Amino acid sequence: MKPAPFEYHRAYTPKEVTELLLELGEDAKILAGGQSLVPMMNFRLARPTALVDINPVSGLDYIRRDGDVLRVGALTRHRSVELSTEPDVHNGFSVLPGAARWIGHFPIRSRGTVGGSIAHADPTAEWCLLARLYDAEIVVLGEHGTRTVPSDEWFTGFLTTAALPGELVLETRFRRPRRHGTLLEYARRRGDFAIAAVAVAFDITDNRCHDVSMVLGGVANEPLRVPEAEAYLEGAEPGERAWAEAARLAAEAVTPGTGPDDGDHGYRRHLVGTLARRALAEAQAGPAGPRPRGGAS
Amino acid sequence: MLRGAATFVEDIPRPHAHHLAFVRSPVAAGRIAGIGTEDARAVPGVLAVVTAADLGHPSLTAVLERDEFVPTSMPLLAHDRVRYAGEPVVAVVAESRYVAEDAAERVWCDIEECDPVLSLADAASTPVHPEAPDGVLVDLQMFADDLLDESLARAPLVLEETFRSGRVTAAPMEARACLAEWRDRDEQLVLHCSTQVPHQVRTGVAQALGIAERQVRVVAPDVGGGFGLKCVVGREEVVAAAVAARWRVPVRWTEDRQENLTAAFHGHEQEYRVRAGFDAEGRFVGVDADIVCSVGAYSAYPFSCGVEPLMAATELPGVYKVGRYAARARGVATNKPPTAPYRGVSRPQIVLVMERLLDKAARRLGIDRVEIRRRNTIAPHEFPYTGPNGITYEPGSYLEALERCVREVTDAGWWERRAGGDGLRRGIGLVNFSERTAYGTATMGLRRMQMTPGFDVSHVRMDASGDVVVTSGTCGHGQGHETTFAQIVADRLGIRPERVKLRQGDTDLVSFGWGTWGSRSLVIGGGAAAVAARTLAGRLKAIAGELLEVGPGDIELADGYARVRGVPEARVAVEEIAATVHFRSHTLSRHHDQLLEARGAADPPGMFSNAAHAALVEVDPGTGDARVVDYLVVEDCGVVVNPTVVDGQVRGGVAQGIAAALYEELTYSPEGQPLAGTFMDYLVPTASEIPPVAVHHLQTPCELTETGAKGMGEGGTIGAPAAVLAALNDALRDCEADLDHIPVRPADILRVLTTGTRTEREDTA
Repeated sequence: MKPAPFEYHRAYTPKEVTELLLELGEDAKILAGGQSLVPMMNFRLARPTALVDINPVSGLDYIRRDGDVLRVGALTRHRSVELSTEPDVHNGFSVLPGAARWIGHFPIRSRGTVGGSIAHADPTAEWCLLARLYDAEIVVLGEHGTRTVPSDEWFTGFLTTAALPGELVLETRFRRPRRHGTLLEYARRRGDFAIAAVAVAFDITDNRCHDVSMVLGGVANEPLRVPEAEAYLEGAEPGERAWAEAARLAAEAVTPGTGPDDGDHGYRRHLVGTLARRALAEAQAGPAGPRPRGGAS
Repeated sequence: MLRGAATFVEDIPRPHAHHLAFVRSPVAAGRIAGIGTEDARAVPGVLAVVTAADLGHPSLTAVLERDEFVPTSMPLLAHDRVRYAGEPVVAVVAESRYVAEDAAERVWCDIEECDPVLSLADAASTPVHPEAPDGVLVDLQMFADDLLDESLARAPLVLEETFRSGRVTAAPMEARACLAEWRDRDEQLVLHCSTQVPHQVRTGVAQALGIAERQVRVVAPDVGGGFGLKCVVGREEVVAAAVAARWRVPVRWTEDRQENLTAAFHGHEQEYRVRAGFDAEGRFVGVDADIVCSVGAYSAYPFSCGVEPLMAATELPGVYKVGRYAARARGVATNKPPTAPYRGVSRPQIVLVMERLLDKAARRLGIDRVEIRRRNTIAPHEFPYTGPNGITYEPGSYLEALERCVREVTDAGWWERRAGGDGLRRGIGLVNFSERTAYGTATMGLRRMQMTPGFDVSHVRMDASGDVVVTSGTCGHGQGHETTFAQIVADRLGIRPERVKLRQGDTDLVSFGWGTWGSRSLVIGGGAAAVAARTLAGRLKAIAGELLEVGPGDIELADGYARVRGVPEARVAVEEIAATVHFRSHTLSRHHDQLLEARGAADPPGMFSNAAHAALVEVDPGTGDARVVDYLVVEDCGVVVNPTVVDGQVRGGVAQGIAAALYEELTYSPEGQPLAGTFMDYLVPTASEIPPVAVHHLQTPCELTETGAKGMGEGGTIGAPAAVLAALNDALRDCEADLDHIPVRPADILRVLTTGTRTEREDTA
């Protein structure tokens, strides 16, 4: 479990990062928190010829509210989001601090970064789910300057994104703040990658659901939006009946072949149904932190 | 240890040591057609690339001297065939582990793959060893009873059930590790090794390398957990020794976690097909068991692959009077890593089998599940009790432990919690069992191992300042022997335990020993130390008697003094005696040449500890999640030398048992590829998954041991899988299907929940 030989470079500005990446070629990789990349290198599943360490780059560690947009810098550690008490974060994006608590274990949260997670694009990763939930835009810097990629175009498959060679994620812009939102996961052990995860966000006005988003994690190669459930809930009266039907639609979105091949798609489908129902009910009850192990019934 | 001052093998500084990396078989089964090492040799920093041929095809062979056993050898490096994915084929010696792994990638192995044997069903199709064409390495048919079938035929209730347990591994915090060095001055190989059995490693290395025992010194420094994984000799460790002896360079091998999970020793992959007959009152009339243990590809040295089948067949009845009994137990060779005597050795399974049988019978017969245990358990007046398995059980507190456990659970409000009402299901599991511990030579001899362990020895010496060093042939690796052995010796010498230091784990320092495993150390090693300390106490008393001018019989040792019984002011400090013996022996009338030292040995036959366990589990029907929320143990290991140590052993054991019941399993693909190669897939539970464990003690002093103690290192692991499984079935008590296997996964629970509910609902509390 030792990595293959690689070069190590340190960069101090975003521009330097992109220049180094272009110079070093396609087999160079960015090192941010290293919580996924380094284990993969130790197993020799990833064999970058060079690493560009972006930890010395200043100005990428921030959480900023800009009107209806919450901008999270790429080098923001999971732990910073988790500990955030800013009204700017909690007002409309309260899912984020709660969701951060589901991420791995304390050392992982202290070191891992939001930008790294978005770039790694694990289909169970909390930030990837939330990027889809909040129709985030990913701001990347490349050879020809910055560009903005909507999250529905960003995730292009298992651990793959629309990032071009040499590009660096600068920022994730979460949009469409909503009052109600929750992310729930289930794993057999606390802190593990979710077997399945469900995130929901919506507003309630005049006892009707509006602006509903629902995203599933761990059931497809990328975070999966559930337009059927969203459409059903739009204008529906919040409550157990609606939640149950939306959960049924969510479970139906879990089809064989859409998840990791562990031969247990039936179980995952049941789990998604449960989590969706619970997430909707919990979100209705108000902004809340995560509950361990799928929450209470 | 807790201050980070421990010294593990990896902590021993040898900046210029070479490092080993192994090229391991990528496939589960196949014939080696060719090996190419040229490219690897060319990597800068590589000292050698070693194949079996380079070493002269050495091997380790563990033999049971019984007709039902087929001896097979485990080569240090595979040469003609590979028998599991992860089997070492080539060793690369290089200046760093990084370089060694780089070079290992450049070795090519041409392997003609064949279909792997993964279970008994396909054992005969492509035998793992040609010596055993049916794939069975050991086939024991024990306690044949002509009347068993007839008794079962007449029984009002006969259960025919199948129980399974998954393949698991010990996963010690410190994986295996060694540092091998050749010392020209002593013409000796020094092997620092993370092991439970330094003397057996010495013998294994000496035999495999064809050198004298004296030429091998094995040192076990601090060892970060063993659990049986390190009570056998690993081939990688012997390869390291062979390389150091051949190239005369220090060589390190530190097993990484992937190697530890996929290529070290496993255990507990077993299946039981059982017929059990009961009379109308729920009493056993007979048990017939057909047991299959998937022992993996090789017989581990020195215990052999007979350990699990022998234990299972011999000890299945446990604390219960089963009437008639017969068992067949087979060890089947499979294309998976070999098995070692992992903590519990078949007892987690046999307890699970017996307890499930009783819960099922109780339910079928409408008998309370505590009551059915009362009716079947060996009662106090029946000790010593000899069962149909030929074992004689010395007194224990079997029924008392059960009743106490039920009382504690009731007082703790578990039955109210079980009623639930919040959408979660809750169940209580109650199990009762005994475990034979500290097997002495006589008992181990019945196994007919070519190397028969059992006894152990100790040496106690007091230096000129009155401090004591005790050696032991046992080799603690986290069990707190430093504390408990010091207590035992200090008690007999009337001094404070702080003045006693334990030395162990060095074959040049300790003349011989069988190491630490099988819940033997405090009883056998501690027993030997007690004998030696008693002899030394006699010598102290003799000298004190002379100094105080009384007979030695009038001297008592207490509070650091030898004093005249009844005249406490007439005393001499132990330090004074020690100084006199060493520096002023001319003032003594005789024995001027005798120092303050003594030897002791112990070899008890083996004795049964017992315990009752209770688990409270919560099941979430929405996710299939199960977790143990409370746990209670009432245990009896005779005289408790140190309650903190005993409690620690119980709690750690329970955690491992819960792990086996709900979390850990080494799964394999149909091609025989390991699917659990990291802690992401091999789910060792964390503190979040393990509940508080309350431990209560009963003490039935053991008459067979020096200290009155019984062994207790494995009981937690033994009882917990059964208790958790019983609790899960209780949580699903209105469902039609039963859970009869471990580990139980969330999907298994949902399957039971969706198979329908029972027509008759009996709330057998």
